[in-house]
Amino acid sequence: MMANRVMKPARAVGIVGYGAYVPRYRLPAKYISRLWEGSESGGPVKEKAVAGLDEDVVTMSIEAARNALARGQIHAEVLRAVWVGSESHPYAVKPSSTIVAEAIGAGPSIQAGDWQFACKAGTEALVAAIGLVGSGMADYAMAIGMDTAQGRPGDQLEYTAASGGAAYILGPAEHSLAVIQGSYSFVTDTPDFWRRAGQRYPEHGQRFTGEPAYFRHITEAARALMEEMGTTAADYRYAVFHQPNTKFPQRAGQLLGFQEEQLRPGLLSPVIGNTYAGAALIGLTAVLDVAQPGDRVLVVSFGSGAGSDAFDIAVTAALPEKRDLAPRTADYIARRTEIDYATYARFRGKLAE
Amino acid sequence: MPEVVIAGTGLIPAGEHWELSLRSQATRALLAAKKDAGGLEPQALYIGNFLASTVSHQSNLGALLTDWSNHRGIEGFTVEAAEASGGGAFRMGYLAVASGLVDVAAVVGVEKVTDVVGPGLENAIAEGMDYDFEAAQGLTLAGQAALVMRRYMHTYRVPRQVFAGFPVLAHENAVGNPHAMFRRPISLKAYEEAAMVCDPLGLFDMAPYADGAAAVILTRPELARATAGRALVRVSGSAVVIDTLALHDRPDPLAFDAARISVQRACRQAGITPQDVDFFELTDSFSIYAALSLEAAGFAPLGKGWELLQDGTLRRDGKLPIQTMGGFKARGNPLGASGVYQIVEAARQLRGEAGACQVAGAKRALVQNLAGPASTAVTHVLERWEPKG
Amino acid sequence: MEVPRHWRIRQQRYSLVGEVCPHCEAKIFPPRDVCPECGGEAKTRFDFSGRGEVFSFAVMHDAPAGYEKTTPYTVALVKLEEGPVVTAQLTDLGEQPVEIGMPVEMVTRKIREDEEERGVILYGYKFRPVLK
Repeated sequence: MMANRVMKPARAVGIVGYGAYVPRYRLPAKYISRLWEGSESGGPVKEKAVAGLDEDVVTMSIEAARNALARGQIHAEVLRAVWVGSESHPYAVKPSSTIVAEAIGAGPSIQAGDWQFACKAGTEALVAAIGLVGSGMADYAMAIGMDTAQGRPGDQLEYTAASGGAAYILGPAEHSLAVIQGSYSFVTDTPDFWRRAGQRYPEHGQRFTGEPAYFRHITEAARALMEEMGTTAADYRYAVFHQPNTKFPQRAGQLLGFQEEQLRPGLLSPVIGNTYAGAALIGLTAVLDVAQPGDRVLVVSFGSGAGSDAFDIAVTAALPEKRDLAPRTADYIARRTEIDYATYARFRGKLAE
Repeated sequence: MPEVVIAGTGLIPAGEHWELSLRSQATRALLAAKKDAGGLEPQALYIGNFLASTVSHQSNLGALLTDWSNHRGIEGFTVEAAEASGGGAFRMGYLAVASGLVDVAAVVGVEKVTDVVGPGLENAIAEGMDYDFEAAQGLTLAGQAALVMRRYMHTYRVPRQVFAGFPVLAHENAVGNPHAMFRRPISLKAYEEAAMVCDPLGLFDMAPYADGAAAVILTRPELARATAGRALVRVSGSAVVIDTLALHDRPDPLAFDAARISVQRACRQAGITPQDVDFFELTDSFSIYAALSLEAAGFAPLGKGWELLQDGTLRRDGKLPIQTMGGFKARGNPLGASGVYQIVEAARQLRGEAGACQVAGAKRALVQNLAGPASTAVTHVLERWEPKG
Repeated sequence: MEVPRHWRIRQQRYSLVGEVCPHCEAKIFPPRDVCPECGGEAKTRFDFSGRGEVFSFAVMHDAPAGYEKTTPYTVALVKLEEGPVVTAQLTDLGEQPVEIGMPVEMVTRKIREDEEERGVILYGYKFRPVLK
């Protein structure tokens, strides 16, 4: 093993602004189970967020990015990177990030690119942004994790595959609302879930997605980071784990010694589903919406294929005055219009195949 | 300036002419007008058309129609002003003869909408609006009219039923018109129960898009008298006025300024006031536009245009008949040809040849052709021509 | 789809980038070469706030090609707080009834997409009821 496993930038980096986005529509799990299982027993989440007909990763990223800029109180012109992590970019070839950058007024002297690593594409972009700012190559960089995830009709994934995500602006720690104290990533070649080029829906390894994939990568990444930071679960006020459903992050928390109340504010999957590349990142926005200066937060993402990024984050005194400069995560979750399966099928383009 | 008269008129019925091409429609109307004018040979052909380049993939109608109607060797080109193309082409013919440079001008309005059906036609017609900032938002011509209608209802606190009288009157007037698309009366109940096209705009608030062609021959009276052998109609006032293209750029979208000013200018030229006309062929492409046209012309105060429906003023035997042969609503709305249909219908009224639709003793007409919500307004005053002295 | 004509005005479409007249201070959207208020030359960039209210609206049932996927949809005249009125769709209405005078805010959404999902996606401004 390397001597310095944890990543710390040369210059201290923090979160300068953050913004969430959740679309308005909700599909309750009972409508899915009624259709495919003949009962209203529901599924692994209560309901999931569904993008409207005129929404995609680009439009949702634009709104989250605008929220991040509002909280950061900076103009988009100072950004040196706009990166969007997603598994549902609207184009196979053509960056989402250039559209987002143009819409928020960033560029043209910027890095722009789309990241792909299943559900950890957003945190991968976040690590890169920390590196860009931490190296001094940029003062501000934006990382977004956003998805309009799709499951094949009738597949278990359909209960959870949801739409939403978050945007972060990374900048100098002294101007931040939360400091990135360290990060660590753990990656192996583990094909637990994939979508081949040109395919509409993903395939997955059923129970293989659990122990060897989700739990191993999350716990390895979290333990290594905590070991290096010299912390235990008790040192963190909050923890956010990638949330493909309700049970997995709860179980990961247990394995790592966290209590339920540490997870609760950032555990959104029961009410919005699995927002894939957005899932860990929007869990963190919900935590930042309620955290107090001095609070420490552990965030661990997971992306199939597979890997985890873990972050140790400390809230600064600047957070309380920033959070009401844009809608809170809970404001989006409260804006709720229930839809039935037929409307869902129309919204997600499942009617005409 | 020479006097300009209409020496002949011709048209084909407005409707769905599946079997007729753009060129056949125009040629038939043109030859009918020429025959009506006693065979006067035109030296110029001005064509009113809106959609040929999109719907029929045909530009250069000047060459096509001059050629196909067997008039090679003369001048000919299209005047395009969306649904006011017909009125614009007539204005062009008027200017040509009035200038003294052209002795005999033919004007034909032609539209072929049925070459495309469904959403593609809506797209083509939407090109008459601001494409980048109206059409690109998914607005259609009918949607634009619905925006005006909603604002009118809000501003003047009236329900949508106040507009019902316009289509009811139009259908009633079209019963005796052999070239109308719909010759059946409709009831108030039918209006109220009809489907919404663009809420609050219902099916009967909107004139049906149609194929059609209408033509006139313009010349000086002394040339016409030699051949026509029938009553002539003089063009005594002519004006075209432009407002903002986009509805959203108007300080007041209910003002219809271009409609108002063009009436003033045409009447001033004719030496009359609007109250001196015997009937008014207005643009009822949408019922709301009929109300606003009446207000803009000064026949009713703002917000009261629809009230003229209530006392019979607008009926054929009233003080100010409108839509005398069914208007756009019941005759059909062949878009870029509609302005020429209006002129032909008014001319036939003034000649006393409107048959069952005749407005008794009609001597003078106000004819107004609008594009969209009066983005372009073309207004003419026509009078039954009487020899001087 | 005609790519260049939409690309050319992308900033106007994505985020209501307009102009302020250097002569008479009028806020202008969409940008014009000539100020509609004073007739002077106008080309100073102005970013509109995106806040406004519904001036009128219509519900579209018969959509033109490229817009059929979202019918019925609502098109409105939105009066921006800086003065100009724009034509735009309302979105995210849920069961909320639309009324003239309703406060709305700009969002960037897909405004047109070809049926075969082969062409470029057109993004642009729409308005929704104020979230917060």
